[in-house]
This record gives sequence, structure tokens and C-alpha cells, in this order.
Amino acid sequence: MPFLSLKFNLQKRVKLAQGLWMLYWLAVIVGIILFSLGIFFKIELRKRSEIMDNNESHLVPNLLILVGMLSCGLNAFGGKLCHDSLDPQKFSKMKPMLRPYMLLCCGFNALLLLLVLLCFLMQFAVYLTLAEGLKNAIRFYKDTDTPGRCFMKRTLDMTQIEFRCCGNNNFRDWFEVQWISNRYLDMSNDVVKDRVLSNVEGKYLMDSVPFSCCNPGSPRPCIQHHLTNNSAHYDYDHRTEELNIWNRGCRQAVFSYYSGIMNSIGALLIFTMAGDVAGLKYLSTALETMADPENPECESEGWLLEKGFKETLADLLSKVKTFGRANQVEEGGTSPNVTAT
Amino acid sequence: MALLVVKFDLKKRVKLAQTVWFMYWFAVLAGILVLSLGLFFKIELRKRSELMDNNESHFLPNVLIAMGLIACGINAFGGKVCYDSLDPTKFAKWKPMLKTFLVFCMGFNALLIATALLCFVMRIPFQFTLAEGLKNGMKFYKDTDTPGRCYMKRTLDLMQMEFRCCGNDNYRDWFEIQWVSNRYLDFSAKEVKDRIGSNVDGQYLMDGVPFSCCNPSSPRPCIQYQMTNNSAHYSYDHYTEELNVWRRGCREALLSYYGGIMNTIGALVLLVTMLEVAVTVGLQYVDTSLSTLANPEDMESESEGFLLEKTVKETFTDIMAKMKAMGKGAKVEEGGEEGVATVS
Repeated sequence: MPFLSLKFNLQKRVKLAQGLWMLYWLAVIVGIILFSLGIFFKIELRKRSEIMDNNESHLVPNLLILVGMLSCGLNAFGGKLCHDSLDPQKFSKMKPMLRPYMLLCCGFNALLLLLVLLCFLMQFAVYLTLAEGLKNAIRFYKDTDTPGRCFMKRTLDMTQIEFRCCGNNNFRDWFEVQWISNRYLDMSNDVVKDRVLSNVEGKYLMDSVPFSCCNPGSPRPCIQHHLTNNSAHYDYDHRTEELNIWNRGCRQAVFSYYSGIMNSIGALLIFTMAGDVAGLKYLSTALETMADPENPECESEGWLLEKGFKETLADLLSKVKTFGRANQVEEGGTSPNVTAT
Repeated sequence: MALLVVKFDLKKRVKLAQTVWFMYWFAVLAGILVLSLGLFFKIELRKRSELMDNNESHFLPNVLIAMGLIACGINAFGGKVCYDSLDPTKFAKWKPMLKTFLVFCMGFNALLIATALLCFVMRIPFQFTLAEGLKNGMKFYKDTDTPGRCYMKRTLDLMQMEFRCCGNDNYRDWFEIQWVSNRYLDFSAKEVKDRIGSNVDGQYLMDGVPFSCCNPSSPRPCIQYQMTNNSAHYSYDHYTEELNVWRRGCREALLSYYGGIMNTIGALVLLVTMLEVAVTVGLQYVDTSLSTLANPEDMESESEGFLLEKTVKETFTDIMAKMKAMGKGAKVEEGGEEGVATVS
């Protein structure tokens, strides 16, 4: 008893083939979109690889680029199959390729599923890389004369301005590092000497933040220095002041940006796993079971599986068993020779 | 003697009609492009209208939008005519309208050229609007509690950060105005009182700039206050310091941005004009090749297509004669009426 069988006459067959052809061309466009999304994600990761310790994993964008190209190829071929299915001569040429093509499509869908899982799971890796990278970035902020780190200040400033964030968890992270280079500190000054000596590691720490933490939406000019000293500024209370500098931490801000990208890509992939495999199966079986092969206008039947779902599964299992038993028989045959000698 | 005559048989006519139909669909896309360019420019102007005193002229984007819509309509109609030209019954429907349509197309092409020129010329009044608007923007920077101006500070800060500029002509513009609101000045402090007293207008002026002027590429943390006082900062010379704050003025930065947009739009409109001229010429050939069939019943007969029926000079004298005749006709009417009026 075939699984989900439908009756087809010539008109229905033609309509099915045309509908499938359009669907396949839509799928080619979706494949191009996936390809460009992969390139976009790769570029975004490279842009900010400095704050991720140059250590971020490019697995997801690379897989996405591969999947996009494969999808374009497979769907273009599927469209060609559908286009030729209405001409019996061309279709008989294509017929032998149909079965392996549908297996390939099933394999491709499995790859898509794997990629969806990766999109959602790799976010953890991104989070950890970001945490480590930002901590180091804040430490190397002042090293604008060290080769390899001289652009860290600019990168971190631009990141804080663009993502509207300050520090790793919040602005107090800046109080714990020396972010002014020694080149710009007057070591003969008493204030500077006091600060440096009051610290175990000899660092010049202060309760200030860089200018990139400033919030343009604040009604008053930005207060960057002496943040915790209320008397240093007129009409200022650091406990209630909210708009002066950004309150959010950069790890949270940058992570939510990347996780947004990855979630959207995952959602689009789920949408792509379309049922065009089912449509192609219906079309091929409808063409094979034509009552009178010479007359194109006769009726035919199309189905999803040749036998019922349970029977097909039982068939597959028995095939796998016979395959295993054949191997065992061979081994059993060879081993007595070995033991005899 | 007709201008630029080309002989056509059935195959050539079919090919011509198909090519011109194809080009018309490209021209529809070009019309959509012009429309979206107009919309984009309008949105860009509205985004920063605060910095232009809410006074900027929206004439150019409106013209672009109108031209885009008209182009889409004309080209879709032209495409339909070309498609129908291969079927004599359908073409007979369109034939009477074609001459007027072609004249209308030529007028539209002239308007397109005028629009492209406008794109290049509108830069000049734009410069004045920007200069005035930015000056006022800086004056109202501190008024974050005045309704209607409370977002000026944020707009100006975001603009200076985005366009990497400071002040109107340069950063010294900030030294000439009070950009700290009185709400945040301690009037009991001696220093504040001195500064305000030393000034004719009673303004709190200082040699400092807002944080949005800071250049992130500077190797040292940003020096915003006491910028002209070398002794206030270690190892600092304001004459040679170049990377500390942005050196460009915002008027120049904004002008080059909008000027770039207008130049690009002008160039694209010129390209669209060339495409429109090409399709108009194509349609003229389609029309004339179908009108001069040697044997009207036989579709496969030969025919001739031309650009103008007579030479350029003769066509020109014809048009002048027609206009004169129209003018004289009107005068005769008026003269007749006047004669009647004076007699009675």
C-alpha cells in the first residue's frame, strides 16, 4: 500500500512540474542569500577579531558559505530536472540520476540541520572568546607604542562608541587598570608619585574612564574624571547619575549583536529545509506509473513511499542485516583456514 | 530626403521590436532606481534637518521622485506598445497615439537633463543653509532643558562623532560660545564668577571642546579642556598636536557628504537619460517601419524606417511655420473680435 499516494492526470502533472520548477528557482535565490550571509558573518568576525584575541572560530561562516554554494548547485539541477520532466525523451535520459539526486538532497538537509544546531551552540564559544578578548583589550589600551597593539586603543574606543557600552562588565573595569601610558605621566609630579606608590603593582589607577564611554544623550557635558567624587563636580551624585556614561558592559553589548546574527541565520536555515524533496518524489513516481507510456494524457499515481512507513523501515533494517550477515559469512569462511595452518 | 533611413524586412522588424521591448523593461528598472534615489536623498535630508534649521529645500528630491514615477509609467506604456507592434490588429489600436507619445517622450528627456543639471547646481544654496544651521546648532548645544532644542546636544555630538569633525570651521568655534548649561555651573565659585565677569555678554567661555570632538586614533587620552594651555598637560604642545581632536570643520564634512550624494545622483540621472533617448529612437524606428509597409496586407513585405521624415533643417522650418500659423490664427481671431468691439 503506497504511502500518501495521489492520482495525477496530464494537467495535474504539468502543474506539479511547473510549481516545483518555480520553487527550485526560489531555492536557488535562497542559496545565494545564505552564501552572502556567510560572507557577511565572516567579515563581521574579522572586523572585531582584535577584541576577541584573534582567536575566534570561523567554523559557522565557512560552513554557511559551503552550504550556500551547494544549495545553489543542487537546486539548479533540481529545477532542470523538473523542466525536463514534461518531455518524455529528456526525462528518460535523466531518470537514472533521480534516485542518487534525492539521496543527495536528504544528505544535504541533514547538513543543514547540523548547521542550525551549530548556529545555536557556537554562541557559547563566542561569549567566552569575547570575555577573554575584552579583558586583554582593556589591559592593552595604553600600549599605543607597542607594535601589534598600537591600534587597540582606537579599536576599543570605536567599539565603545558604536555599541554604546563601557568596560567589560561595567564602567568600573576601567578603575582597575592603568589606561594612561607612562609616556604622558609626569613622574616628577607629587600627585602622580603618590598614586603610583599607593598601589602594590606600581600602577597609576584612577576613578576615570576614557571619553568613548560618554553618553551623548546626557543633558550635561560628560564627566569622565573623578567619577566617584561628588564634591569634584557641581550638582553631581554618582549614585543617582544614569545618563552620564554608558551603563552597559561591552561583553553584553557585543555578544547580543553576534547572537542576534546567529539566531537569524539559524531561523533562515530552518526555513530553507523545505519539502522540495517530497515534491520531486511525487513527480518522478507520477511519471513512472503512467498506465500507457505512449499516451501522455493518461492517468497515473504518485506517492511518497512505495510501501507503508513501517514496511519501508522493516525493509531498510532487513537490508542492513543481510549486508552485515554477508560480511560475517565471509569472515567465518576465511578464519578456519587461518586456524588450521 | 528622410534622416537616417534603415531598410527592414519581417525578421529585422521582429528583432527590433524585441530589442526595444527589452530595453523598455530596463528603462522601467532605471525609473525605479531614480525614484529610490530621490527617496534616499529625502530621508538623508530629514535625518539632519535639525542641523539645517529645519529650513532645507526639498525641491530636488521631490523632482527626482516625480521623474522616477513618470519614467516608470512612460516606459511601461512604451514596452506594451512594442510588444503589441508585432500583431497588426493590436498595433492599429496604438498607432494614432504614437506621434504625440513620442513628442511627449522627447520633452521628458529634456526634463531629465534639466534634473541632472539641477543636481550639480543645488550644492551652492545648500552650502549657505548648512553654514547657518550649524552656527545655530552650536549656539543651542547647552539648551538641553528648552523644549524644541533639548535634542540638539545629542544630534550635534552624534554628528561630530559620525563625520569626524569638530565645530563649524574648526574646533576653535567652541571657544567662542558657552556650551555648558548654567544649571551645571557653580556660581558661588570664584573661578566661575571671574570668567563670567571678564566677558561682555556674561558668558562662561573656555578653551575646551565637547567629548565628541575627540579623535580615537590619538595615542594619548583625549585632552578636551585647557587646550591652549601647554603647561596644564604633561608633554603637550597645542601648536604641533594634530591627532588629539578632529581638525576638520563640520560644515566642510557635511557638504562633502551631501555633495557626493548629489554628484552621484546627477551622474546616474544622466545615464538614465541616455537610456531614455535610446528607447525613444527605437520606438520611432518601430513606428515608422510599420507605417511604410510596401504592401499593407502582407506582413512579410519590406519597409523603411527613419528618424525624421525630412532633414533636420526642413523639420525645423516646418515646426516654425506651424507655430507662426498658430500665432497668426490667434491674432486673426483677436483682430476680428477687436474690430467688433471698437465698432459697437
